[in-house]
Amino acid sequence: MEALVAIRNLVKTYQRGPETIEVLHGINLDIPKDDFVCLMGPSGSGKTTLLNLIGGLDSPTAGQIQFDGSRIDQMGSSRLTDWRAHHIGFVFQSYNLLPMLTALNNVELPLLLTKLSSVQRRRNAEIALQLVGLQDRAKHKPSELSGGQLQRVAIARAIVSDPQLLVCDEPTGDLDRKSADEILSLLTQLNREHGKSIIMVTHDPKAAEYAKRIVRLDKGTLVADPA
Amino acid sequence: MKYFSLIWASLFRKKTRTILTLLSIVVAFMLFGLLQAVNQAFNGGADAADADRMITNSKYSIIDMLPISYQRQIESVPGVKAVAFASWFGGSYQDKPARFAVFPVVPDEYLTIAPELQVSQETRAAWNATRTGAVVGEALAQEMHWKVGDKVPLQADIWPQKGGSLTWTFDIVGTYHNTKDKANGDSALLFRYDYFDEARQFGKGTIGWFLVKVDDRLNAERVGKAIDSQFGNSAHATKTQTEQAFAQGFAKQFGDIALIVSAILGAVFFTILVLTGNTMSQSLRERIPELGILKTLGFSNRAVWWLVMLESLLLAMLGATLGLLLATSAIGAMKETLSGFGITRVGWQVAAEGLFFAFLLGVLVGLAPALKAMRLKIVDALNA
Repeated sequence: MEALVAIRNLVKTYQRGPETIEVLHGINLDIPKDDFVCLMGPSGSGKTTLLNLIGGLDSPTAGQIQFDGSRIDQMGSSRLTDWRAHHIGFVFQSYNLLPMLTALNNVELPLLLTKLSSVQRRRNAEIALQLVGLQDRAKHKPSELSGGQLQRVAIARAIVSDPQLLVCDEPTGDLDRKSADEILSLLTQLNREHGKSIIMVTHDPKAAEYAKRIVRLDKGTLVADPA
Repeated sequence: MKYFSLIWASLFRKKTRTILTLLSIVVAFMLFGLLQAVNQAFNGGADAADADRMITNSKYSIIDMLPISYQRQIESVPGVKAVAFASWFGGSYQDKPARFAVFPVVPDEYLTIAPELQVSQETRAAWNATRTGAVVGEALAQEMHWKVGDKVPLQADIWPQKGGSLTWTFDIVGTYHNTKDKANGDSALLFRYDYFDEARQFGKGTIGWFLVKVDDRLNAERVGKAIDSQFGNSAHATKTQTEQAFAQGFAKQFGDIALIVSAILGAVFFTILVLTGNTMSQSLRERIPELGILKTLGFSNRAVWWLVMLESLLLAMLGATLGLLLATSAIGAMKETLSGFGITRVGWQVAAEGLFFAFLLGVLVGLAPALKAMRLKIVDALNA
């Protein structure tokens, strides 16, 4: 299967005062198109760091990250920002919605960066909310929504600009079991029915069961990659 | 425009804080509008003054009268083109102090030396034919609902009539339009000096000040000195200066209005700068993760800089606009009291100046937070 994301010898180090800390040690990983990968590992293993690098939120110290043939590790800040807007959708543990905007306006946010008219932006945002089953909560602000509903809105925002890859960092971390299952089912639906590739970080083994495969990280090294 | 709703929502994220900050800006700019209107009124006479027209008044006090006989002597000074005179009448109208200037003048002489006062030939003829005739400014006539043929009684507070009566009655024969001082120039009542001099109880043959037109404004200083030297040793020594210098000197009797206004406004704006700057900085600190999200979604560093800067500008400009509108309303509501001082409105220059200061405030207050927002690293912001 053709790799959407191809990672070769990826290294990430941080400077903490005089000390250099290597968080990722030469990661090699392929994520095929339409894959649903779960990234697991103990705290401090480098899962979020790897996720941030794949999502273009950070730059590697060494190594290559190829996304659909483009070397994102070689992109400058503004090109990477633009690339991210078109190719990646993010879902965070704490939802990260803007509290002063309605659900619809939150979902519409990524579309402000496009040339779509206000009518088209609104329409696309409504469709995304419909897809996650929240069309009747469009005018509600985040403070008026439950945890599960907030994550649905975050997912709608992540998919509204039709990205190829969804990057999910502990998407069910703050949810009860029922809400978590609903969210994971939604992600599965997006993967199977809408062809979205997904990479998800989780500590929850039950959440990992929804993925097509599991990749484990320990102390910055891949333990197993049954690709 | 598509970002407006995002900027507006960000601005009113904490409604109470934003409204209180906005109110302080509104009050500051309302004060600005009111004080600048006062400043303009007191110094506006200087702006409307002619450089080739001079005023000769008593050297020692503006309220001392001068002999009318000085007119012929002044006319004989080389460089003098024409001479007219006027006096301060004062008076009350309908039991309230008159909010308009009232001057006894010689019609043809006065209109020659003040060509900006446009009077029709019919009005001029009627004025010359009517001893008790008076010509009023168009704006004044409109405000007081006076028309040609009306009899206007004024109660004198300085000039009783020979029989002891304080009531002077004038017949309105027409109006004048001031083409130069459009703001405050149509607000006087001019009546005939011969009526005034004949009927008044005392001070016969005296006038308040002379208006002197020189043939060349470059000669003004020389001509002024020559006039004053004629009367230097007399009981009524004179002081001759350009109309502009006279207007500025008159305003300065109340204190250096411009300096006082500048000092007050300087203190107010400094306070607003600190207050609004603190609000914007606090707002930014609270929103670091949100700004991280915007960058995650694809908003560039420059876009985030603009969002924060526009928010700051919106706050400042909105407050300034509301403040200036309130100042205009306040002046309108106090029109009866303020128009006597020539304060009639917030002029467009004051409004433009106010909006410029608001823009400057927005930029100064927004610059540091905008730069901080621009420099945020996404990973650090999301973890904040």
